[in-house]
Amino acid sequence: MKNRTFLPNLFLGIVTVIFYLPIVLVVLYSFNENKLTSVWSGFSLKWYQMLFQDKAIFEALGNSIFLGICASVNAAVIGTLGAVGFTRIRSRSKGPVEYLSMLPIMIPEIILGMVFMAFFSLLGLPFGMTTLILSHTVFCIPYVYMLVKARLVGMDPGLVEAARDLGASDVRAFFDVTLPLLAPAIASGMLLSFAMSFDDVIISIFVTGVNVNTLPILIYSQLKVGVTPEINALCTLMLAATILLVALSAVLGRPRRSRHR
Amino acid sequence: MKKRSKLWLTVVPLYVFTLLFVLGPMIYMVVLSFQTRAEVWGVVNEFTLDNYKNIFHPVYLQTFAESFKLAITSTLFIVAIGYPFGYFMAKLSPVWKKRMMLLLMIPFWTSSLIRMYGWIIIFRANGTLDKLLMGLGLTQSPLKLLYTYPAVVVGMVYALLQFMIFAVYSSAEKLDWSLVEAARDLGASPWQAFRTVTLKLTLPGLLSGVILTFIPSMGLFFIADILGGNKVVLVGSLIQDQLMKAHNWPFAAALSVALMIMTTLMIALYKRVTHSEELEGLL
Amino acid sequence: MSETILALRNITKHFGNTQVLRGIDLEVQKGEFVTLLGSSGCGKTTTLRIIAGLETPDSGKVLLAGADVTGAEPNKRDVNTVFQNYALFPHMTVAANIGYSLKLKRADKEVIRREVSQALELVQLTGYEKRLPSELSGGQRQRVAIARALVNKPSVLLLDEPLGALDLQLRRQMQLELKALQKQLGLTFIYITHDQEEALNMSDRIAVMRDGRFEQIGTPAEVYDHPRTSYVARFVGTANVLTGCVAEQKDGVVRMTCAGGCAGAADAGHTFRPGQPLSLAVRSEQVEFTTDPGACGLPATVREKSFAGGMLRIALALQDGTELVASRHGIDIAVEPGDQVRVTWDPAHAVPVDVEAAV
Repeated sequence: MKNRTFLPNLFLGIVTVIFYLPIVLVVLYSFNENKLTSVWSGFSLKWYQMLFQDKAIFEALGNSIFLGICASVNAAVIGTLGAVGFTRIRSRSKGPVEYLSMLPIMIPEIILGMVFMAFFSLLGLPFGMTTLILSHTVFCIPYVYMLVKARLVGMDPGLVEAARDLGASDVRAFFDVTLPLLAPAIASGMLLSFAMSFDDVIISIFVTGVNVNTLPILIYSQLKVGVTPEINALCTLMLAATILLVALSAVLGRPRRSRHR
Repeated sequence: MKKRSKLWLTVVPLYVFTLLFVLGPMIYMVVLSFQTRAEVWGVVNEFTLDNYKNIFHPVYLQTFAESFKLAITSTLFIVAIGYPFGYFMAKLSPVWKKRMMLLLMIPFWTSSLIRMYGWIIIFRANGTLDKLLMGLGLTQSPLKLLYTYPAVVVGMVYALLQFMIFAVYSSAEKLDWSLVEAARDLGASPWQAFRTVTLKLTLPGLLSGVILTFIPSMGLFFIADILGGNKVVLVGSLIQDQLMKAHNWPFAAALSVALMIMTTLMIALYKRVTHSEELEGLL
Repeated sequence: MSETILALRNITKHFGNTQVLRGIDLEVQKGEFVTLLGSSGCGKTTTLRIIAGLETPDSGKVLLAGADVTGAEPNKRDVNTVFQNYALFPHMTVAANIGYSLKLKRADKEVIRREVSQALELVQLTGYEKRLPSELSGGQRQRVAIARALVNKPSVLLLDEPLGALDLQLRRQMQLELKALQKQLGLTFIYITHDQEEALNMSDRIAVMRDGRFEQIGTPAEVYDHPRTSYVARFVGTANVLTGCVAEQKDGVVRMTCAGGCAGAADAGHTFRPGQPLSLAVRSEQVEFTTDPGACGLPATVREKSFAGGMLRIALALQDGTELVASRHGIDIAVEPGDQVRVTWDPAHAVPVDVEAAV
């Protein structure tokens, strides 16, 4: 019987290893003394030192974090309110608006980038952080919206009614009951939004201004002309942060065990 | 009536944002695609169909064809690897399912550019792969894989594989395995049971995965750029060039409209075939 | 003493094309235990939700302690509900759940704590304050839901099949406890169930609902012994209903011919014309076997004998095919399937039904 699962598991194992191979290499070469990735000339932390002195990278990192936070917070507010409202409203425009708001994650990003660039210049908006935040919010809304909607579908409508019955106003019931129960969905929607925004190259390239670099734009331009191992070092640090966060959320997110029985 | 008007307030931001920043740009894209390019820079408000005629110019038609070819090739590899992966993953024990999820999430949260950079390190002349192959005595000289078509395919597969895995996994997870057992009990061979039950029931996941990988693979110009040099040109690369270099916005808009129509058709087809409203495993 | 706390006046409601309520009138006295009894889809839950303010009626009025609250929001009504699936807030502890309505009233923390512990004592869950609903058994959740609705001391407490999810034994126990609680606190209960036994056990009055209307409102004894309609007779206590034509009315007894024989019932003060169509209801335990061919009775064929709940149940077929059920304690009835028998009953134990409808 063991043999039945051996081959599938071997397959899963091999694919997973290949998945991690490029990442491991990037990490590995961040400790390479040599600037060239084709040569290993000994262990060194000098790229980390240089990284911490590189203002451009830190500025781009700061921009990316700021952008990610703004976009995910916007998306959380708009997406959550929209999902909550749409589950209770019947309107003829609901279907089309829902479809349109989901469109940004279904069509190729290049189209979004193109239309934003054209549209923002039509509006006369100066390219920069504002246009970045606006466009990132647009493609982050669907993530929050869909996760919150899925959660709402599984939620007992009786809970809100119970709160109303016990004396809560509509608004109060939302804050006391709906919002706390939606919190996990909103949080994962925001996390996903942040990750998508933080990683976005295609749309950002079209809507960013001359003076505003995000980290992906910076890395992209470096990749085209030649990467310094500083980027490896930065990536290693970010990977460490990611793993820490994922591990943390796995520990914290564990359902509370029943203390009784 | 009072109650209803209050509730409307909650969807106002979504309406405003969607109409202003999704519908608005989309409409402008269509308008732009019928306008004429100005002599030097900008757009003239003159109706023309030239931009669409332009798409059928052999050079651009070939780009579409190549882009399609790449998307199909990548998607085939992704199906070949991602379907069994998602399927086997759904058969793991609950503990291992969770661990596998975490293992897949970490690369997902890692910058996709950095992951592409990892492949540059591997494919580069005298890079990791060359060293490995030459060390094993399989090849004598560097393969020079970087900036080739296969490198781009690998990059695409690598960037999009997760979407297929998650889509297949989420529909295989919901599968009632006793149905497969019932089929076996009724005399189906393992292959017949797979074909008639498992595959049928995981089809929404598979098709959704195909859409989620096929559509972006026509637009991910940066992968073609980084791993393919300028040897591989995608529809996405073409749009980017028209926008950023040639400054022919109306033509870029027409290309986008064409891409958009193909995308919409594929999604509509998916909805028709699977009778579902949303793409399986999109999140 | 009697003071009307809640009144429903000609309430109607429809969802889409379905008319759910077709004119509901009800008056509930303070301290009364009224049960809305009916099968699923009869409109009883909608009635309750209209009282709670969770639905708005198409027409009609809801009066609470004399004041019109028809359009008032649920949070503006002195009414609380025990929901069918309890609807306990999963993210709040038992204490927070129970204290929620007090917190909304901005009650003092100390007051809330005291009231909550009193409510918990009332439902015998002292010491469970810090638990989450997910850490409770079904019966315990039920008690918390009751405590949460009680703590506010509402003038009317609505209970939507509160015991539906519990097993039979626990249900019996909770029936007794709920009834005792209601008496002890002098609260007004409006209770929904589809279980006639539950309704008969607990209620001061039962309103039997069917298809968006009340078929009959009365005390358990009235509803059980004097069903006004064949539906009530069948639904409450599963009586036999026979239809025939009036033959004669004499000494407070009406007799009719049906299914090749004769059947009688107390006339209950009605006047009947000979030849008029008539339905009467008789309970299975009242049906007797007779050998006297001269007595008023019906010829029947024994179809089946079976035991259910300590009773012997004998299914019979009358000559016109109508099924009739007789039941007995004990097993010493000398009839076997296939036997030709003659059945009869004391007319005092049978009642005419659907009289208004027939006139």
